[in-house]
Amino acid sequence: MTVLFWVLAVAAVASGAAVFAVGSMARATFALLASFLCVGGELLLAGQHYLGVLVVLMMIMEMLVMAVFMVMYMMDPAGLMPMSMVHNRRGALIVSGAVFAALAAGVFAVPWPARRGGPPRDPAAALGQAIMGPKMLVMMVIGIAILATMIATVVLATRTGRYGEDGAR
Amino acid sequence: MTLQAFLLLAAALFSVGLYGALSQRSIVMLMMGLELMINGIVAAAAGFWHQVSPGAADGQVLVLVAITVMALEMAMGFAVVTALFRARDVDMADDAGDLKG
Repeated sequence: MTVLFWVLAVAAVASGAAVFAVGSMARATFALLASFLCVGGELLLAGQHYLGVLVVLMMIMEMLVMAVFMVMYMMDPAGLMPMSMVHNRRGALIVSGAVFAALAAGVFAVPWPARRGGPPRDPAAALGQAIMGPKMLVMMVIGIAILATMIATVVLATRTGRYGEDGAR
Repeated sequence: MTLQAFLLLAAALFSVGLYGALSQRSIVMLMMGLELMINGIVAAAAGFWHQVSPGAADGQVLVLVAITVMALEMAMGFAVVTALFRARDVDMADDAGDLKG
């Protein structure tokens, strides 16, 4: 169990790093997909079967959509023309390295609370009871956010844009 | 599978995503960095649920929120890229610096 956890964890981080290391955008998309699948596997290991499967299925679809967009918008989706895709690499490396060091120090320095109680027999049912009961506000906010996103994406992506047919460009 | 292990995984994913979000020039690649950062949050929330209070559903609800945010971020990002590309033929973050202070 622990071995599997670490194998998946290392694979998740390695494929996450590969996203920004490989030359081809298509490969980057599938590296990101691999990272998501590894985290989905971690969720399954942690006993969250419903959420783990949800992550796996959703991310497969999401990355396929991403691959389509990639081909549409990237100037060089297949990596046939090697060129620099980064700016301020040193600064980004320093900032992210410092953030990782700070977070890792916090992980080991903070006295985390001990585990209380055991997992319910059916975590998915517990989640369903929660979002339809005491946590219903969360579900309502999520629902409205999804609706707002659907409207906003359609408005933004239509040909005329949000300013109308003869709007400001 | 301790809480520290989960949080260390989350911190590593978050930092790799932060590097991508800061360094990539293409907007699509930048969004991949943001997705990786949220991926770290999913891992951390899963660890908290499993190792701190599996009896309460709060950790699972947090994972659900993070997954939703991930999907919405992606949809909005692509809509903005589409609008930007259509208006100005721009797909690089450097060319879209209108709001730069």
